[in-house]
Amino acid sequence: MINLLLFPVLIPFLFAAVLLLFPKKVKAQRIVTMIGLLFALASSFALLYKVKVDGVQALTLGSWAPPFGITMVSDMFSAMLVTSSLLIALFVVWYSFNSIGEEREKAFYYPAILFMLTGVNGAFTTGDIFNMFVFFEVLLMSSYVLIVLGGEKIQLKESIKYIIVNIVSSSLFVITVGYLYSVVGTLNMADISVKLAEIGPSGIVTVIAVLFLIVFGIKGGIFPLFFWLPGSYAAPPIPVLALFGALLTKVGVYAIMRTYTLFFTTDVGYTHTLLMILSILTIVVGCIGALAYFDVKQIIIYNIVIAVGVILFGASVMNESGMMGSVFYLIHDILIKGALFLLIGIVIKITGTSDLRKMGGLMKRYPMLGWVYLIVAFGLAGIPPLSGFIGKLLIVQGGFEGELLWQSIFILASSLLVLLSAIRIFIYAFWGEEKGEFLISKKKYRHLLAPAITLASITVLYGVGAEYLVPFMADATNVLLDPSIYVDAVFEGVK
Amino acid sequence: MEILMSILIGFLFMAAVYLILSRSLLRIIIGTGLLSHGTHLLLLTMGGLGGKSAPVLADGITDYADPLPQALILTAIVISFGVTAFSLVLAYRAYKVVGTDNMDLMKGNEDND
Repeated sequence: MINLLLFPVLIPFLFAAVLLLFPKKVKAQRIVTMIGLLFALASSFALLYKVKVDGVQALTLGSWAPPFGITMVSDMFSAMLVTSSLLIALFVVWYSFNSIGEEREKAFYYPAILFMLTGVNGAFTTGDIFNMFVFFEVLLMSSYVLIVLGGEKIQLKESIKYIIVNIVSSSLFVITVGYLYSVVGTLNMADISVKLAEIGPSGIVTVIAVLFLIVFGIKGGIFPLFFWLPGSYAAPPIPVLALFGALLTKVGVYAIMRTYTLFFTTDVGYTHTLLMILSILTIVVGCIGALAYFDVKQIIIYNIVIAVGVILFGASVMNESGMMGSVFYLIHDILIKGALFLLIGIVIKITGTSDLRKMGGLMKRYPMLGWVYLIVAFGLAGIPPLSGFIGKLLIVQGGFEGELLWQSIFILASSLLVLLSAIRIFIYAFWGEEKGEFLISKKKYRHLLAPAITLASITVLYGVGAEYLVPFMADATNVLLDPSIYVDAVFEGVK
Repeated sequence: MEILMSILIGFLFMAAVYLILSRSLLRIIIGTGLLSHGTHLLLLTMGGLGGKSAPVLADGITDYADPLPQALILTAIVISFGVTAFSLVLAYRAYKVVGTDNMDLMKGNEDND
């Protein structure tokens, strides 16, 4: 099955196309979406197994020999990301059944999600830098639809800013690809890697590296380019927010990690130091934001920014522990942010507000929600044996090995602030006197809680079973640290 | 020729940035349109403007234009066309609902407009 790596990209696309035909039949939409996601998830697990057994999978479309055709590459890193993004989408869709409202469901909500998954999985899988731009546009276009769907005043205001920021950054992406093309004369990522290594350190390559950092930094939300993120993400309803928060910034982070390990390894002293400094600043700003707000959405959104900083710090030190920590933490963050947003969504549904000062006393009537939230919050901060621990441990270990003493200590200290920001929600919302009316029926509460609890248990399993994941993570790390594995897989049978 | 193109591209970028920084939504969208025009010309220039004949394989032809930037531009044009159309519709809808096309008045959240 040489085409296996295309299935997680194509299955959502086909099902989305079918869904466009009968937008008003809500039941059918739900069922078909679920079937599509389950098929895609099954294919991604098959891909995971295949990559584990046979190594990096590569396919150049249309029987062109690489580097001339468009290549799709699936190494362990991208296969794991594809799997976790489909997993998150499955739970978000399940949660949407009782949360998003029929009006949005009739307005192409599910096709937009599936098209977005096509873009996300494509961006994770592609081995061609211009094709990555195209997949970015696919996912952005669907995200425009999702962010504006419903047409509330706040959504319209924020989506305009979101779209303009993304149009400008997409133009910058094309410009950067143009510069890169003029230097190396190829668009195939494996080929670019080889050619850039031949050129060696030079000024123009460093400029391109920094431009790529700006482009992907805008998508990923690193300092100082995250300015659009808190406002835009808070506008759409919770399931969309969960999907955006868990997936979209991670695509930017993935692209930075991919380009900074595959392409720009010749002038590490400049580019990776810049990445390291920016990631630390990102954490600082994220922590300030997470502690400053009383709005639950904003608190968790700023926690996305913090996580982006932590992941990129691990990637910037470029040693085995740091990189493995980053991979661990990236997957952890996709799962845990999904779970957190779903739980927060239930809190907002119950109290009818996202302002912490207006809520309280949920513990007495909704104990299950409280305890699950507490476990997920501990997982977010990285308390052993929950899922955030192992990633952060490895990142900090990598930092110490790379002789970045103060930065590593700072990452540890930031965990405490993350814990504080998450526990603040727990204290305000779950403790204290009951405030206001609770606006949700028992049945709906149970329906909303089911996907959130299942996802939360997966994050717990991810932490407890970390030992079994180490071989997978090691495979992913090896490819990231040794580009020749990636290059050889693409050019297999050609050179 | 490349120098001339670069000056033109720089001019387009300058106009685009000026328009994007203005307050009116429509001007911003026109600005993004100019930005993508500049980007497409840049792609063409980056591939090198030389080449006497079309990039079709035939006997005796050695000096041909680089076909790849043209393919890239075609893709990029289609995408920017779609995005511009979408943002124009969105701008119209936002104008109807929010009641203004002035970006300065589009700040604030649900609680305080």
